Amino acid sequence: MHASVAYNLAFAAAVCVVCAIVVSTSAVALQDLQAANAALEKRRNVLVAAGLAESDERPPAEEIDARFEAIRAVVIDVATGQEVADIDPDAFDDRAAAADQDTSRAAADNPAGIARVAHHTVVYEVRGAGGALELVILPISGMGLWSTLYGFVAFDADLQTIRGITYYDHGETPGLGGEVDNPRWKALWPGRRAFGDDDEVRIEVVRGRAGPVEADPYRVDGLAGATMTSRGVTNMLRFWLGGEGFRPYLERLRVGGGA
Amino acid sequence: MAAQTKTREALVDPIFNNNPITLQVLGICSALAVTTRMDTALVMSAAVIGVMMSSNFFVSALREHIPTNIRIIVQLTIIASLVIVVDQILKAYLFEISQQLSVFVGLIITNCIIMGRAEAYAMQNPPAMSLIDGIGNGLGYGAILMGTAFLRELLGFGTLFGAQLLPLASEGGWYSPNGLMVLSPGAFFIIGFFIWALRAWKPEQNESE
Repeated sequence: MHASVAYNLAFAAAVCVVCAIVVSTSAVALQDLQAANAALEKRRNVLVAAGLAESDERPPAEEIDARFEAIRAVVIDVATGQEVADIDPDAFDDRAAAADQDTSRAAADNPAGIARVAHHTVVYEVRGAGGALELVILPISGMGLWSTLYGFVAFDADLQTIRGITYYDHGETPGLGGEVDNPRWKALWPGRRAFGDDDEVRIEVVRGRAGPVEADPYRVDGLAGATMTSRGVTNMLRFWLGGEGFRPYLERLRVGGGA
Repeated sequence: MAAQTKTREALVDPIFNNNPITLQVLGICSALAVTTRMDTALVMSAAVIGVMMSSNFFVSALREHIPTNIRIIVQLTIIASLVIVVDQILKAYLFEISQQLSVFVGLIITNCIIMGRAEAYAMQNPPAMSLIDGIGNGLGYGAILMGTAFLRELLGFGTLFGAQLLPLASEGGWYSPNGLMVLSPGAFFIIGFFIWALRAWKPEQNESE
């Protein structure tokens, strides 16, 4: 139908208002469920990185909480690596902190595409009976092809050997870059070594295939058809294990025996 | 009687006779992207059916009132809102699969099949018939998606719905997965073969010279 300008404007406005109400109602109504899913998925991934859950295992919420008993969440000051006691790790929001000017600093230009680093972040530690460090789980993030990938990497007590890596949030192409979620690819990581002899970050996702862990400890198979995502994984590990990332914290653990 | 035949046609025609993917060659992008595995293809098909039947219904219900010169943007606004709602529902109730589908649920907004049906059918037909037309076209889209995903997952990973059917050579079996199937060109070949097969079966679908 042909109509006056006023009718067009009124109709467009009415459609927009109705659609906006529908969209915001669904977003608000489902928000709690979605937030709970996301939080649970994050905790599950901490367990997966730590080797306390299989990567394709989806235990119920109570089971995840039970296994989490072994893990202690610690808020650290990224720059000094020291523990910060007066921030509650459960209430701490990494992403909000990194986005806020007041709680973060600008990062030097880096290939991982990380613009800001939060002053504080949550890391996870697993300690044995005598308080000796057994495992440390670090959050990592960085650009892939389309999206920022968020995940965890876990180290054994030597702070050199990788226990596992996992991503809990990304927007990479399903079947290509999205294969960072593939349990078979993740299974290539345990036992690989992150740092070279002079302590530089050497771990790298290569094009094509890498050797077995013993023969080729610093390299991991690339993801077929996902060069940019593979590079993104390398870049974010280089960044977060380097001086701007968790290097001070890892140094502290190394020197202090993790005390 | 005539009405019943018409309803049946609106529902069944788009599956083989007037399939949006193989005859109209629309919606190819998502057909390539989400068909590496059966479970993602299934949820994607369901999402598209849901969006298309609702968008057809609402566009049709408003068709007497939508001003001609802003009709496309009105259709798009309705479609986009529905897609966001579907995406929110998947994130709340099918979290795992929504993660695998990632951006492609959002990209249903740009799926030409949905716009095409809103413009070509829902703008001229009553709401009930438009709803059925939406379901029919969604089924046509879904059928090709599921067929493609079946071949890609089976040949590319040796699995169906994640269950290992062909034992992989890398794990002591005999099947070497075909890497091409996992990549987008694999889907192009499979959809090409589907189009060929369908047109050999129904020669009237061939374009005239």
